Amino acid sequence: MADKVLMKGNEAIAEAAIHAGCRHYFGYPITPQTEVAAYMAKVMPKIGGTFLQAESEIAAINMVYGVASCGLRVMTSSSSPGISLKGEGLSYLAGSDLPALVVNVQRGGPGLGGIQPSQSDYFQATRGGGHGDYHMIVLAPSSVQEMAELTVKGFELADKYRMTAMILADGTMGQMMEPVSLDFELEPVPEKPWATTGTKMAREHNIVNSLYLKPDELEKGNFDRYERYKIVEANETRYEEYLTNDADIVIAAFGIAARVSRNAVNEARRLGIKVGMIRPITLWPFPKAPFEKAAEHAKAFISVELSMGQMIEDVELATKCRVPVSLCNRAGGMIPSPAQVLDCIKKIANGGNN
Amino acid sequence: MVVFDKPHALLDVPLHYCPGCTHGIIHRLVAEAIDELGIEGKTIGVAPVGCSVMAYDYFACDMIEAAHGRAPAVATGVKRADPENHIVFTYQGDGDLASIGMAETVHAAARNENITVIFINNAIYGMTGGQMAPTSLPGQVTQTSPYGRDPKLCGYPIKVCEMLSELEGPEYLERVTVNNVKNVRNAKRAILKAFKNQIEGKGFSLIEVLSSCPTNWGMTPSNALKWIDEKMIPYYPLGVYKDRSAEKEVNK
Repeated sequence: MADKVLMKGNEAIAEAAIHAGCRHYFGYPITPQTEVAAYMAKVMPKIGGTFLQAESEIAAINMVYGVASCGLRVMTSSSSPGISLKGEGLSYLAGSDLPALVVNVQRGGPGLGGIQPSQSDYFQATRGGGHGDYHMIVLAPSSVQEMAELTVKGFELADKYRMTAMILADGTMGQMMEPVSLDFELEPVPEKPWATTGTKMAREHNIVNSLYLKPDELEKGNFDRYERYKIVEANETRYEEYLTNDADIVIAAFGIAARVSRNAVNEARRLGIKVGMIRPITLWPFPKAPFEKAAEHAKAFISVELSMGQMIEDVELATKCRVPVSLCNRAGGMIPSPAQVLDCIKKIANGGNN
Repeated sequence: MVVFDKPHALLDVPLHYCPGCTHGIIHRLVAEAIDELGIEGKTIGVAPVGCSVMAYDYFACDMIEAAHGRAPAVATGVKRADPENHIVFTYQGDGDLASIGMAETVHAAARNENITVIFINNAIYGMTGGQMAPTSLPGQVTQTSPYGRDPKLCGYPIKVCEMLSELEGPEYLERVTVNNVKNVRNAKRAILKAFKNQIEGKGFSLIEVLSSCPTNWGMTPSNALKWIDEKMIPYYPLGVYKDRSAEKEVNK
C-alpha cells in the first residue's frame, strides 16, 4: 500500500496539482481556500514553477487564460465571491476551448455572505457560471483523498475535452485533515497543436479566440461544443451508490452532505428503514442513470444540501418527477447533522413531507 | 536598392479600419519591429476588445484575443508560461487599457512584467460608436458627453504615462504619435526599443501612441491629424516618461 500522509483538503489539492504537472498557479487571497495559495507559494519557486498573487480574481483567471493558451496545465482557486468575479474568464475559457482547472472552496452567500461551508454555488457551477451557452466539468469531492484524486482527474479531463474542470468543494472539505495517498498513475498529456507557443516560422499562426461576428459560425461553434459535451456525458459521469438496491427512500447528497447523510442512512437501516444514497461525484455531467433506475422502486427521494435546494432540481429532472423529492437542508454556512437527516428520513418513512 | 514592401509579420489581408484611422500605421510599425528583430516565430500578441479586436487576423505571429481590459493579465500568463522563449505584446485602446483594464495595466507595470504594451490613445471609444473615453479631453463632444466632457461631472482625462511613471516597477514609458512622417519615424524607434527591452529582459515597456479617429471625431482624416497637434499633444505631451536603464546610466 502506498504511503499516506495527513493533509488538509486544500493542501491535498495543491500537492495533487503539482503531481499532475501543473507548474502555474494564480490566485487572490480569500477564506476558506487560502491554504491552496500558501502551499503553492512555498513549493512552486522550488520546482521551477510560477506562483503569482494576482491583483484580483479577474486578473488571476485571465493569467490562467494566458497559460492555458500556451497549452500548459494551469489552475486558480478561490471561494464563492471570488468565483463570481472569475465568471467572465470562465466564459472566455469555454468560448476559446481552453483546458484549465478552477477550484471553488465554497462559503455561504449571497453577497459577502460568510466564511463557513456551503454548497450554494451549485447552480453557478453546473450551469456554467458566466454568460453564454457552455458547461464546465464539475467534480465534487467528499473526502480529502478525493480532493487529491479529482484534482488530477480534473486536469486530465480538461485536457482531453478542452474544457474547464471545476473542483466544487466546500469549507469543510478544504479545512479538514485526513490521510491521503498521492500515488496515482497519470494519463499521458494529449498533444495541443492549437497552442500559441510561437509559430517557429514553421506553421500558420494559431489564434486563441472566442469572437465570431458571423452568427452562423458562432452557432456552429456552439453546436460542435455541445456534441463534445454529449461525449463527456456518456463517458465521464461519476457517482457512488450506497445501499440503493432495495431502497424505498433514496438520498441524493454530494460533498460534506454525503458524509453526514451516510451516517444517517446507517442509523435508519438499524431502525429497519430501507434507505440508500446516490452520491454524484460529477455534478456536471449529472448522473441521471442511477436516479432513473432508483425511481423504479423508490417511493421518495430526499436531497440533502447545504443550500436552499439547488441540486434538488437536477434530481427532479433525472427522476422526471415520478417520485416525490423533498429537501433536507441547512444554509448560510450551517451544516445538517446526521440527526437532522435521520429525522427527514423518518418523516418520509412515516408518510409525511419534509 | 530599397524596395517598399509589406512587413512579413503583417499578413496580406484587408484591414477593417475606417479611412484615415492610424491603426494601420501602428500595426505596420509593430510588424516592422518584429521583422527587424527576427522574433516573429517566438512572438505571441494579445489583442484587446475595441477597434483592434480583430488584430489577431492581421499579425502573422501567434495571437490571442483577450477579454476587455485583461490583455496585460493574459500576457502575464503567456510570458510566465515560457519566459525564455516567448516575446509577448499587447495592443490596447484607451477604453481597454485605461478604463476597464486599469488594474491589470497598473499591476503589470508595478510587477515590471517583461512584456511590451502598445497603447493606442485616440480619446474615444471607436468600436462602439464614439463614447467618452477615460482619455477624452475636457470639453470633447462624444455620444455620451453630448454637451462636451464636463470635468465637474465626469472627472479629468487620465494621463497614463505620467501616472505609471510614479511607479518603481516599469522599465520604459514613452508617448509618441503618428500624425506626420517625422512622428511616425519616432514612433517606430520607440516601439522597436520597447521590444528590444523585452528581449534584453529589462521588463515592462509601454508605448502610448496618440492616434486619430476621424469617423467618431467627425473630422476629415487630415483635420483629425491636425487635431492631434492642436488639442491632444498640448494635453498629452510627447516624450519619454521613464527609462530606467538610461537613468542608471546617468547615475553611474
